[in-house]
Amino acid sequence: MSVLAALDIGLALLVFAVAAWTVFAPGAFAATVGYVVYGLLLSLVWIRLFAVDVALTEAAIGGGVTGVLLIGAAARLRQAEMTTVGEAPSGVTRLFAACLCVLVAAALAGVVLLLPDQGPTLAPQAMERLPETGLGNPVTAVLIAYRSFDTVLEKVVLVLAVVGVWSLAADRYWGGAPGEARAERPEPTLAFFAQMLAPIGIVVGVHIFWVGADEPGGAFQGGAILAAMWIILMMARLTEAPQTNAFWLRLALIAGPAVFLAAGVAGVAVAGGFFAYPSGLAKPIILFIEAFMVLSIAVTLPMLVAGPPRREPRR
Amino acid sequence: MTSGTLAGLVGAALVGLGLYGVIVDPQALRKILAFNLIGSGVFLVFGIVARKGAAAGLQSDPIPQAMVITGIVVAFAASALAVALTLRLFEETGRASLRADGGAKPGGDGAGPE
Repeated sequence: MSVLAALDIGLALLVFAVAAWTVFAPGAFAATVGYVVYGLLLSLVWIRLFAVDVALTEAAIGGGVTGVLLIGAAARLRQAEMTTVGEAPSGVTRLFAACLCVLVAAALAGVVLLLPDQGPTLAPQAMERLPETGLGNPVTAVLIAYRSFDTVLEKVVLVLAVVGVWSLAADRYWGGAPGEARAERPEPTLAFFAQMLAPIGIVVGVHIFWVGADEPGGAFQGGAILAAMWIILMMARLTEAPQTNAFWLRLALIAGPAVFLAAGVAGVAVAGGFFAYPSGLAKPIILFIEAFMVLSIAVTLPMLVAGPPRREPRR
Repeated sequence: MTSGTLAGLVGAALVGLGLYGVIVDPQALRKILAFNLIGSGVFLVFGIVARKGAAAGLQSDPIPQAMVITGIVVAFAASALAVALTLRLFEETGRASLRADGGAKPGGDGAGPE
């Protein structure tokens, strides 16, 4: 057995064990901490599948930002955990559920094993037209050129999620700021780490966005890293979440999908098709769209983590 | 067995684990966690479809990869909305579980402390 094969098996067992921990851990807080570890391990699996772009996204969003969201919620729900003790289903239900889940997993495993060695693929088509986009990374080309409409709609989903979260605010807090106010004296350790990490993270985030045209990376991954830096600064209470009725905030939230959609509509007039880019100008247009998407993602994710407004708006 | 197939089998196992958590755990937050396990399991199974589509000098088909990236972001947005709903439920009722009669009927069936 080669070293890599042994590593693969070890990684697979580790991912499974940590996933099992998040389901069976005694406390919700411990389970969510396990989920962060799980997200990071999963990104290693994606690297082994030669999908580095996905690995970056999984590490930044799947593990990092989702982890912060869930850990924050688990900390606030600690009291409620006690009230659910008597609600666990009976042994029979558990056994029945376990059988069902084993069946589903076995069926999926069977499908995985029965897949042909060489599946249908669009890779040749994606590579054939790649020079026309001016990009070197086919995944970015799929996201911003070939399947742009998907990506626009996904950005719209993010905006809708923010609207959904904000609309859970109590009436008197509408337009106010979510989260906690900036601390007079931030906790020194947290503040130190935030001040150390944020400048480095901002450079890394912008770099990952910029190289995404040709190397693994792109708007999602770069934007998520920038978002994480803002979240860290808010967690250290060096800064506070903006008021949700701030005009610049709302503009930043919709800038990505709005610019993307405008570029798509402009394609009808200029290049003869919805989301068609004029030849020769494709790369600058793509980078222009991506820059606004980075901005929107970097603002949207922290707003989703911060939750609904919890303070009355200042006049 | 290739590393791709192994990852696919892990994906299948994750879907099973997550499904169990969604059915059995009464806490809404744990259900959200488990649902995310199902999601990442499905992504992994899709990931090996991408890996089997390696062609044209690429190690992995870029189209499924891009769709998984989109999926991860949408899964996060859905989780954030679900967490916000759970926290609101807790603020309103002091509970964070999804039992049908939770908080609605004072007294209930007496199975859980009201």
